[in-house]
Amino acid sequence: MSANRHRQSPTSGGPLRSLSLHAIVVITALFVGVPLLYGVLGGFKTTRQLSSNPLGLPDPWVPENYTSILASGSFWQMLWNSTYIAVLTTLVVVAVSALAAFVFARFAFRGREALFTMFAAGLMFPFAVAILPLFVLLRMFGLLDNPLGVILPQAAFGMPMTIIILRGFFRAIPGEIEEAAILDGCSPFGFFWRILLPMARPAIATVSVLAVVNSWNQFMLPLVVFSDDSFFTIPLGVQQFQGQYATDIARVMAYIVVAMLPALGFYAVAERQLVSGLTAGAVKG
Amino acid sequence: MKTTRPRSRRLRGFTTILLFLLPALVLFFGLVVAPILLAFYASVFKWNGMRGLPTDFIGMANFTRLLADEVFLGDLWRGLLLIILSVAIQLPLSLGIAMLLNQKIRGRAFFRLLFFAPYVLSEAITAVLFMMILSPTDGLANYILGWFGVDPLDWFADPSTVMMSVFIVMTWKYFGFHMILYIAGRQGIPKELTEAAQIDGATGWKVFRYVTLPLLGPTIRISVFLSVIGAIQLFDLVWIITGGGPSHSSETMAVTMFQFGFKRFQVGYASAISVVMFLISLVFAIFYQRYVMRRDLEGASTVLRDQR
Repeated sequence: MSANRHRQSPTSGGPLRSLSLHAIVVITALFVGVPLLYGVLGGFKTTRQLSSNPLGLPDPWVPENYTSILASGSFWQMLWNSTYIAVLTTLVVVAVSALAAFVFARFAFRGREALFTMFAAGLMFPFAVAILPLFVLLRMFGLLDNPLGVILPQAAFGMPMTIIILRGFFRAIPGEIEEAAILDGCSPFGFFWRILLPMARPAIATVSVLAVVNSWNQFMLPLVVFSDDSFFTIPLGVQQFQGQYATDIARVMAYIVVAMLPALGFYAVAERQLVSGLTAGAVKG
Repeated sequence: MKTTRPRSRRLRGFTTILLFLLPALVLFFGLVVAPILLAFYASVFKWNGMRGLPTDFIGMANFTRLLADEVFLGDLWRGLLLIILSVAIQLPLSLGIAMLLNQKIRGRAFFRLLFFAPYVLSEAITAVLFMMILSPTDGLANYILGWFGVDPLDWFADPSTVMMSVFIVMTWKYFGFHMILYIAGRQGIPKELTEAAQIDGATGWKVFRYVTLPLLGPTIRISVFLSVIGAIQLFDLVWIITGGGPSHSSETMAVTMFQFGFKRFQVGYASAISVVMFLISLVFAIFYQRYVMRRDLEGASTVLRDQR
């Protein structure tokens, strides 16, 4: 039965068909992979090599593009700025959202659903809508050229998604546990801090990964908040470097490859949390 | 649970709720709601954005100017174009690949990882990478086209190909994200259903058309929703690659708003663009939730887990 089913499943209808399906996947893989590979190899070429031989292996290999970037202080400064902003954004958004999601999940009070809907509606509004008035407000508060000017708005705009995901998770924790804790003399905050949060660790990991990735890739907000380049994050640095060395393509290529590595490394480690967060957020939003 | 002192308990409950919600409310009202209100306010003034609040009230003049502006009308058309291209090309591609990777193809874990990888790269990095790949002079794309005897294209430099080029970059970056959604949606469909259809004699295509596709409905509707919202706010890619050019031919609403707000200091006018973007998102979201996703948000046949 199982062997029979295997042969009949919509997947494999003869070797020819499976070959053509495989071909589609391979072509797509080339579409995605070749640009990345082109970048990595291109970084090891000189610009002259790159235009005469775009696809082949470098001949000779020129590591200077990469080594000069890694030896410059500015790249490490940006890496630090991006990390610092991502970590603080994540801390703020997760802490604030967890408290709110706790209330939305486990307390009954008038106006709860309306309030929750208001937060959830924040999900639908593109960041671009608010950037200009946000800039005006940040200038009023004196938060321009200040990491907080990026951290706080990012946290605010990250809240809707975080609250939705965490509320779903908090709701799934049985009421008996809460009752037992209260009977044992636990305050609401004690229950939240000592029982709920530890139980929700997978959900916390998921929303944290989402927050890190969103912060890491944010371009528009740091673009308007930072004018002093000692605050620049990696996306700003990439744009700046491209502007400076536009004609030295190989060097720009090496720079973006180096700039990709932290994101790709993070992706390799946290792929599962990222996928579960995105699918949960999309399905529930 | 019986309570001995209901009043004080209720009061304590209220204080707890308030304390727990306070940080979220402050952040949300201060940095999400207030800016949107400020945009509405500033949109009826002529204002260069300098310190203090605007004073030169001009009523709806910014909006009438906006609706007569060819660049802005072009923004609307280009946004629509990107939505149509996404729904007609990018999403079917994502869906097709998701269905293929749902099968026992060799190396599918690798393919899934690879296809999703561009999503984690910033749009800034993606933009710069493709500026070089789609360079009219010595870009990789023209080199490869040369193998097939195709004349080199000008890609981002030519008004007639720039939107197609932007769409190619968007597809490269985002189709893997939609693919991941579809894979998750597909995994949520119980095996019994597809198996039952096969036992009844349905072949591969029919199983997909009459069983899998309808059951993927909620996922597809979400994926379309996210594409539309993404197209409305498209900024980073366009700003870095073309800045909206050549001669406005790739400009989006967000780029126009940014030009006027941050480069030309017509903050009142730029606020009017923000307001229109907000209203378009709002109307679309309400309409979509109401008429398209309604079935997904109620009833038992949804994928929404643990909703009350």
